[in-house]
Amino acid sequence: MNVFEMTIHELHAALKEKQISSVEATSAMLERIGSVEPHVGSFITVTSEQALSAARSADQRIASGECHLLTGIPLAIKDIILTEGILTTCGSRILDNFIPPYSATSWEKLRDRGAVLLGKLNQDEFAMGSSTESSAYGTTRNPWDTTRIPGGSSGGSAAAVAASEAVATLGTDTGGSIRQPASHCGCVGLKPTYGRVSRYGVIAYASSLDQVGPLTRDVADCAVMLEAVAGHDPKDSTSVDTPVPNYSAHLSDGVKGLKIGLPKEYFIDGLDPDVQGAMAAAIETYRRLGAEFVDISLPHTDYAVATYYLIAAAEASSNLARYDGVRFGHRAEADGLLEMYTKSRSEGFGVEVKRRIMIGTYALSSGYYDAYYVKAQKVRTLIMRDFIEAFSAVDVMLTPVAPTPAFKIGEKINDPLQMYLSDIFTIPVNLAGTCAISIPAGFSAAGLPIGLQLIGKPFCEESILKAGYAFEQATEWHKRKAMI
Amino acid sequence: MKYQPVIGLEVHVQLKTDTKIFCGCSTQFGAEPNSQTCPVCLGLPGALPVLNRKVVEFAIKAGLSTNCSITPRSIFARKNYFYPDLPKGYQISQFEDPICQRGWLEIKLEGEEPKRIGITRIHMEEDAGKLVHGDVTGLDDGSGVDLNRACTPLLEVVSEPDLRSSDEAVVYLKKLHQIVTWLGICDGNMEEGSFRCDANVSVMPVGSDTLGTRAEVKNVNSFKFVKQAIEYEIQRQIDLIEDGGKVVQETRLFDPNSGTTRSMRSKEEAHDYRYFPDPDLVPLDIDNDWINRIRQGLPELPEQRRQRFVAELGLPDYDAEVLTASRAVAEYFEAGVEAHGNAKLVANWVMGEITRALNDRGTSIETCPVTPIQLAELLKLIDSGTISGKIAKTVFDEMWQSGKAPQTIVQEQGLVQVSDSGAIEAIIDEIMAANAGQVEEYRGGKEKVFGFFVGQIMKASKGKANPTVVNELLLNKLKG
Repeated sequence: MNVFEMTIHELHAALKEKQISSVEATSAMLERIGSVEPHVGSFITVTSEQALSAARSADQRIASGECHLLTGIPLAIKDIILTEGILTTCGSRILDNFIPPYSATSWEKLRDRGAVLLGKLNQDEFAMGSSTESSAYGTTRNPWDTTRIPGGSSGGSAAAVAASEAVATLGTDTGGSIRQPASHCGCVGLKPTYGRVSRYGVIAYASSLDQVGPLTRDVADCAVMLEAVAGHDPKDSTSVDTPVPNYSAHLSDGVKGLKIGLPKEYFIDGLDPDVQGAMAAAIETYRRLGAEFVDISLPHTDYAVATYYLIAAAEASSNLARYDGVRFGHRAEADGLLEMYTKSRSEGFGVEVKRRIMIGTYALSSGYYDAYYVKAQKVRTLIMRDFIEAFSAVDVMLTPVAPTPAFKIGEKINDPLQMYLSDIFTIPVNLAGTCAISIPAGFSAAGLPIGLQLIGKPFCEESILKAGYAFEQATEWHKRKAMI
Repeated sequence: MKYQPVIGLEVHVQLKTDTKIFCGCSTQFGAEPNSQTCPVCLGLPGALPVLNRKVVEFAIKAGLSTNCSITPRSIFARKNYFYPDLPKGYQISQFEDPICQRGWLEIKLEGEEPKRIGITRIHMEEDAGKLVHGDVTGLDDGSGVDLNRACTPLLEVVSEPDLRSSDEAVVYLKKLHQIVTWLGICDGNMEEGSFRCDANVSVMPVGSDTLGTRAEVKNVNSFKFVKQAIEYEIQRQIDLIEDGGKVVQETRLFDPNSGTTRSMRSKEEAHDYRYFPDPDLVPLDIDNDWINRIRQGLPELPEQRRQRFVAELGLPDYDAEVLTASRAVAEYFEAGVEAHGNAKLVANWVMGEITRALNDRGTSIETCPVTPIQLAELLKLIDSGTISGKIAKTVFDEMWQSGKAPQTIVQEQGLVQVSDSGAIEAIIDEIMAANAGQVEEYRGGKEKVFGFFVGQIMKASKGKANPTVVNELLLNKLKG
């Protein structure tokens, strides 16, 4: 087996048994990145030297008998997550020179366990997009078909796993930005419950929705990554102080008697037939494993996309005000303050970011605030209640991740509404603040991966990991590799 | 036509916490520019605010001391606008549901009835940084941004438009200043901007019940300027109306050099701050236990103490007022009373000698080298007749200089009062013999000469002769 195709568990075993060193594994990954990157473009920055130096330290730790599951494992993280001393662009030109003086808590936790950072991954600018096409650093290509998008906004994070450029990655999910690319690239992606993982040091897009989460080759790796990054952070007031369970311990508990809800609003007529087929097969698999299905309803699903684009845009319009050219980032040459602001921001931000800043500014404006922002918050409450109500009857929910497999590069970039609708099944989870996982569940006729979404109750990540693991054990989808 | 001014004040009170409101940086004034900053107060990408609990405690103290209700669940909001001293492009403040609501303060002007001034709200917020222009930046004609002050905790205290004159405004402001410094939540330093005021001023014809259009006057940062700015603004608005013009709603800036106000921005140019709840901070829940614990820990407030000084210690109103001007003065006075017993005597000394000595040295009571107990000992020496009141002042100065106990000074310098009639008689005889002419004058009916003799005798005794004994003996001898 190629080193670069190993899971965390496989590589960990090899490192522990001294069959391979972290330096060797890291070198193999860097070599792989070198050969694949021209075709995929997952990375914005590759940190070869730092990676090798971190690998050497990891090897020393392993030699001294200290070998956490992540020690010496080469990972990569989305460029929205701050890494001290390493360029962090968030996919935007406005941060093309931004070297952060501090690191995000989520990255620090991985680093402290001895993980090796290979580099920073491409994404839609400020995580606004579903295809990585809005990145200022080029579009990432889907490793399964390089004429197609990898999904987004964490497209680089999904493509890097799928193209074997990293053992595992971190992404962020505001409206589906981990799950949708994981689905399109055939990997596992988990969006934790809001408050489960610290947002400190993660560049804010929509603060009430953003969460950091892992993208991995399989569910067991996903559990390890989540365990590492989850937990209360005193630096993030919205992170919740509840203990982090040992997610790995109960993976193989099985799904016998598990009540799985099928929300009728997610199985609509317009669903791609291949996606529909994959869902039907998945339901069959779960039945065979002893799970019970319950038909449920999430009646306010139709309003989720509109609600999301008001709340997320409103928060973004304020979160992105700090990119003014005064203290860091891109500053345009100008005569005077107003011109400096205008030019810096006009030059620094891309089209989609500007669109959302304008929508958000409008929604918060005096005279429109009640009609848009306040109304959207009310609908958000109704959507949350939908989930609470539905979860009184089921343990988890099963839905498609996206209505179609990965679309073509350029196909939707000029049609924002169509682009927004590609997140129709993922957005409600963020609005409800709960957790969900995307796991490989089949392929389209054209050979494109199709993901299955399992939605869990708030802070019940173990339930979706367990259900995902059972499915994975019963199927072979996650073992297929992109031919690249 | 006669006009009635209507005034409301918005006061920014900088809280005396060690660290900033949303990060752990120091709040100390005057440090090297940008040396007291971190990712949070610099507004770096990814940084998040964490509320300083002490700020909430101070806000509750202020609310309880101004008769406000404390909001059980208050919300932080973002106030969005662009300015280089505002690192995040928004200020974290409170908009709907501020921490304190619906309070009042009572003010009393000389010769008038006490009057209640409503307090609409008190909310918590972060301060902005500072822009520095020109040479000081080392940038020639450039401007620099110093973010040491960014994220410093403030309370904004908003009054109802209940004030009707510049004098009322000043009395209200002084009262508020007294309370926040008394509580120890603000250092009250107006030059350093720890206590700043904006005034909303309008005028309406006397007898009208329709408020006039108001102008907000910013940057009135001393009691003197508040009076000056409000009076200028009232007159400006009256003149404008009298000339057939109209007052427009606008923000005006006070210029302390000229004592005038000038337009900063009109209503049309006013910012739309696009307030919305800050998603980075969870709602602030304050339970009654917390409020009660803070209430129990509150010091006796100036008003209560003033009343007690009158009722229990029998001080005149004026004395009680002066002695409660600051908590430190009141504490000093009470410690002195406890050690001595005679409240009026201690009051006279605190308001007289001590205040004079402090003023001469430009210092405050906190640094007074003569402790209240030492003062009481000094006063006891007067009571016992050991020294005269006049000598006591000399001893007091010496105590201040040397830090020695009053008894020691009296002993060392031989200042014990002479009350022995034999010794005093001898001096009197001597003086009378040397001034036979004046003795004749007195006996001829010119009684004013008596004072001359007393002066001579005291001088001869180096001030130590007991004045009462001197008076008595002298009178007898002169009357012959």
